[in-house]
Amino acid sequence: MDHEEKISYLQLIKNGIFKENTIFRLVISLCPSIAVTNSVRNGFLLGVAVLFVQSMVNATVALLRKFIHPRIRIPIFMLIISGWVTFVDMIMAAYARAAYKEIGLYIQIIVAFASILARAEMFASKNRVVPAFFDGLGSGLGFLVALVLISFFRELLGKGSVAGIPIVHAKPMLIMILPTGGFLVVGLLMGFFNWIDMRFYGGKGAGGAGGH
Amino acid sequence: MEKEFIKLFELFIAASVINNFVFTRFLGLCIFFGVSKKMETAIGMSITFTSVMVVAAALSWLVFYYIMVPLEITFLKIIIFIGIVAAFVQASDTIMRKVSPGLYYKLGVYLALISTNCIIIAVPLINTGEKYNFLESLSFGLGSGIGFAIALTVMASIREKLELADVPRPFRGMPIAWVTTALISLAFMGFSGLITL
Repeated sequence: MDHEEKISYLQLIKNGIFKENTIFRLVISLCPSIAVTNSVRNGFLLGVAVLFVQSMVNATVALLRKFIHPRIRIPIFMLIISGWVTFVDMIMAAYARAAYKEIGLYIQIIVAFASILARAEMFASKNRVVPAFFDGLGSGLGFLVALVLISFFRELLGKGSVAGIPIVHAKPMLIMILPTGGFLVVGLLMGFFNWIDMRFYGGKGAGGAGGH
Repeated sequence: MEKEFIKLFELFIAASVINNFVFTRFLGLCIFFGVSKKMETAIGMSITFTSVMVVAAALSWLVFYYIMVPLEITFLKIIIFIGIVAAFVQASDTIMRKVSPGLYYKLGVYLALISTNCIIIAVPLINTGEKYNFLESLSFGLGSGIGFAIALTVMASIREKLELADVPRPFRGMPIAWVTTALISLAFMGFSGLITL
């Protein structure tokens, strides 16, 4: 019993990271994937913020799901989300001042992330608190991994460093830390993952649908 | 007076091309990739979005300075702005359905999508963050709406051609759209330095 539950929680997390990766597979909530990924530190911080908001929102929604009337659920979800985003926003503003100056706007914009609303709507509103929390954890981790991956390539190629530590001593490709590089890296990574999916798992290649 | 006007014009240009929301601030990408497959939908979205954007900028400015500042609840601005946008979108959806069903039939779909567009929440946040006055907020809102419209139509016209191109299989759909956007944003970098604010 206990063992079984553990596996399913693990699966929820794995599902969030690989099968339903917010950025590369579902192709939603893309705005920050470029905006903050010009350095690993920023990408990581925003990823953590999203991870936290997603888990807490899922848990709160699951906790209150019996009291939320289905017809007004979307505004209620928005309220819950914006409450947690405000919380994270204030914590970041207080304890991570330097980074907040750069990514503050994007922290606030977590409110409008489709992925968070989608998880709350599709999973948390139908499940109990603990599974909902782990679903949020998985989906948030997937987002975090994607952001760190993108920012890793961009910082390595654009500044020749990783998380501020210089590694390559050649002349960096400035274009990678400009917006253009972000679009390019995400596009190439997406294509790469589609290729892996087709080549080794027989998938048809996702990312064609494209939501918001 | 003339100086005022020039400032407004500068803001408009800056918001629409120099700091184009899609290509330099990377906001609204979700919708940008979602509806840029066909020219027709792109134009429908552009019209709806620009008009909603201007009204949302005005509404949020009024609420911020006449309700939130006197009550000292500016720290709630994220919650309140998203509420204003959601309520306004819902209201115009209902009104449009009653008043002009023809228009609703054409543009109603896009209206529902708009509340998930990041630009619509970013513009009020930037407006109050930069302490723009009412007219400046309006012209910033209009500029960002037009900027989004430009981005959307450019992208749609390219993607319609891309349909006919022989793209490697893993890159079909989204990935190639991203690479294309990278190239467009490179072109948009040419606008930087046109006006310095």
